[in-house]
Amino acid sequence: MHHFIDRRANPKGKSLGNRQRFLERARESIKERVDRSVRDKSIKDGGGIPAEGEKVTIPSRGLKEPRFHHSAKGGRRRHVLPGNKDFVVGDTLKRPQGGAGEGGKQASEDGDGADEFSFTLTRDEYLEILFDGLELPDLVKKASVETETIGTRRAGLTTAGTPNNLNLVRTMRNSLGRRIALQRPTAKSIAELQKQIEELQALAERSTEQEAYLEELILRLEALERKRRVVGYIDPLDLRYDTHVPEKIRNSRAVVFCLMDVSGSMQEREKDLAKRFFLLLHLFLARSYEHTELVFVRHTHHAQEVDEETFFYARETGGTIVSTALEKMKEIVAKRYPPDEWNIYGAQASDGENFGNDSARCKALLLEELLPVCQYYAYVEIVDENAEMLLSNPEAGEDLWQNYRQVKAQVPHFEMQRVSQPSHIYPIFREFFLPKAKGAQNAGG
Amino acid sequence: MQAGDTISKPLFTGPEWTFELLEVARDAIEDIALNDLGLDVYPNQIEIISAEQMLDAYSCVGLPLMYQHWSFGKHFARDEALYRTGRQGLAYEIVINSNPCISYNMEENTMAMQTLVMAHAAFGHNHFFKNNYLFQQWTDAAGIHDYLAFAKNYIAACEERYGLSAVEEILDAAHALQSQGVFRYGRPPKPTTEELAAMQKVREGYESGQSVLDIWTDATMGGDKLEQIRDEPYSARRKLMNLPQENLLYFLEKHSPVLDPWQSEILRIVRMLAQYLYPQKQTKVMNEGCATFVHYYIINKLFEQGRLTEGAYMEMMHSHTNVVLQPEYDDPRYSGINPYALGFAMMQDIRRICENPTDEDREWFPDFAGDPDWRRVMRDAWANYRDESFIQQFLSPHLIRKFKLFTLADDAEQSHLVVSQIHNRSGYRSVRRDLAHSYDLAYLEPDIQVTDADLKGDRELKLTHTVRDGIHLSEDDRDEVLKHLRRLWGYDVSLEAVDAGS
Repeated sequence: MHHFIDRRANPKGKSLGNRQRFLERARESIKERVDRSVRDKSIKDGGGIPAEGEKVTIPSRGLKEPRFHHSAKGGRRRHVLPGNKDFVVGDTLKRPQGGAGEGGKQASEDGDGADEFSFTLTRDEYLEILFDGLELPDLVKKASVETETIGTRRAGLTTAGTPNNLNLVRTMRNSLGRRIALQRPTAKSIAELQKQIEELQALAERSTEQEAYLEELILRLEALERKRRVVGYIDPLDLRYDTHVPEKIRNSRAVVFCLMDVSGSMQEREKDLAKRFFLLLHLFLARSYEHTELVFVRHTHHAQEVDEETFFYARETGGTIVSTALEKMKEIVAKRYPPDEWNIYGAQASDGENFGNDSARCKALLLEELLPVCQYYAYVEIVDENAEMLLSNPEAGEDLWQNYRQVKAQVPHFEMQRVSQPSHIYPIFREFFLPKAKGAQNAGG
Repeated sequence: MQAGDTISKPLFTGPEWTFELLEVARDAIEDIALNDLGLDVYPNQIEIISAEQMLDAYSCVGLPLMYQHWSFGKHFARDEALYRTGRQGLAYEIVINSNPCISYNMEENTMAMQTLVMAHAAFGHNHFFKNNYLFQQWTDAAGIHDYLAFAKNYIAACEERYGLSAVEEILDAAHALQSQGVFRYGRPPKPTTEELAAMQKVREGYESGQSVLDIWTDATMGGDKLEQIRDEPYSARRKLMNLPQENLLYFLEKHSPVLDPWQSEILRIVRMLAQYLYPQKQTKVMNEGCATFVHYYIINKLFEQGRLTEGAYMEMMHSHTNVVLQPEYDDPRYSGINPYALGFAMMQDIRRICENPTDEDREWFPDFAGDPDWRRVMRDAWANYRDESFIQQFLSPHLIRKFKLFTLADDAEQSHLVVSQIHNRSGYRSVRRDLAHSYDLAYLEPDIQVTDADLKGDRELKLTHTVRDGIHLSEDDRDEVLKHLRRLWGYDVSLEAVDAGS
């Protein structure tokens, strides 16, 4: 009639369906937040997504579940409260500010402060919303180079080990517990006894009572000292050691080259667009590889490797020779990223202006040097905000565009697009990584 | 250690629980619950679940099977965030009003906590569910699991056939009217014979795997009735539609000109669940008080009998004390009256009044002061009252003094709040009445009724909100709910506020 049931083994995530419905429902607000976090954060820390996921705060508009209920204000009410100390009938109190529990409802960014709703998106959910509908292209799978490293992992505590692995905190905790339990005499109590004995001994004459007391004290002192010897300060029983076990760590690594023209024509708007593109690419790849590195190369008429800050925020002037950046990339690959260990990605942003016949050189560099070692190479041309003609007609374009078009015709894992607004970035990024791209065969040798 | 009736050895000694130990403890608890306290319970089904499963159960209003909806996901996300960041603990248990009575115990609990939880939920709540008149009259403990399974599958089938967003739209709207989806004052009209037959068909169809959606047609539901209604004269129409009607969901389900049968059925599901949960809203103080009193009595008895170690007893007492803590109004932890504290104190007080009545108690409670059988008095109270009437009948001056209760009158037209009653001779009755009043759901929840719907004319649905004590509806939410209502009705909806004329 009565019985117990163990449900713990039941499938988990019973509420998964509800959670998905909830995310779907909140998708717009969440996407807005996700986009904002992309805009605000730097590329290097992975777009700011911690491994355990992203905390998202969304206004509860749209997530509200309205009900008919009484207003908290107005009318005549009676509240019964506990804990009267010295009120008598007829005492008056000031009405608490903001009415009954409604304080702070007005003041907030979204005008809906009291109902702000925050929760944690898992990293996967976050990326899923970010890369909504994108697929990992085949090319990413193939050459993910795995290197094995032997590392160590902590594996709890043991009672035996080498001194350098002694876990002091645990050991001392055990020691303290044991000393309290076995009532080890403290140094202070012994010192007090000794002092009493010395005082008695220092007397020139002692009465028989004092003599007896002295003897008793000496006996007591001996007992304490014996106990102190038996109950050690640290006993072998207390010792705890950390242990480590060796572990194989698999690495698959990728490096993303971000190449950007920083000559005078690239203003804040252009750089912001480029940043969004590079960030998306990095996040996307970070999802497939355990380590992704970023290399920032900027160029005018000469190229140099810089940090992210300089890359996006410093401004230079000078002529434009795009091939310098490609040369630089080739050089860095040769020096630091052997293609049989690294998945190499190239991402280039420019406004399409180039010097003289340099564009032909770029084409040659790409075809002969870079594309054979790259998994994928994407070129984004940032054009004027109202360059409708260029956006609608891929055949039109400057020298660089034309040369790159020839590259594209030959190599499938090379892609190029034009953008003029932030809203373009995401769609073209999607287009780059739609499942059609298959080009890994060329990479890695 | 003082020995009680019998001297026995402890039921368990360590903190770890096993199923064997759980059974031993359950048997010991059961012995006291049935043979000493005289409780009457449904068979127990005690389930051990993990913390995550507890969060799951939480988010679905504590029901074991629930249809899917985004709001449950939202509650899950919120509870989980609070739990993971340590801002909110999990309940030790959840118990379901069903036969057999299902209670969930968390695996993280120690053996002592499991024992406490079993006494609390599997016997205290269980007895209350089985015996309180509200639950007896309004809920069907034996049928709820079947109904939940039916609801879940029905809604899943609708999603498949009509699409997620179509179903969601109806559920959102129905949820918005949940509090207006119960019959407060009387039994619902009996289902018509056509409806009974249709329900029977649904059950059969459901069991035989035939799609239930095919069965809810106008023919089986007697939908052609609507035509008749349209031809009736004004007064007869109001009579036929049971106007005025407080149960908005019921009214929409029966009379909405635009809902398909499957949509009406979803309203019906939401309404049935709202009604099933309504008695729990009305008996929070009593239900928790009963369960807390029972666990307190049982663990003390077990300890007297030497069947609990001092350590286990201390752990239980520690937990018990936290549960019944009532911070005072000026304490930062104060957040209203704790139903556990008030309920438990009142139960203990009833026992005291039976065992050691004072003259004051004899004057206030002539019916049971000094009654030699406090157990029977207690069982009668558990069976025949809800929070409002229970407080009105049983809150003693002794307790009012102990809690130092006082009434604050808040009149929006005055600049200050006024202490209108305190815990003295002239205040006892008023304080008690005011406190009881604050548990009266019919007063707490807005009184909104359908007053007219001219199906032949403009089809406007006319609602009336009866305003009492000058307290109006919160406006933002009101307008949102009205949008939902309009969606369900299909035509204009108006809401008029009428003063009750105090």
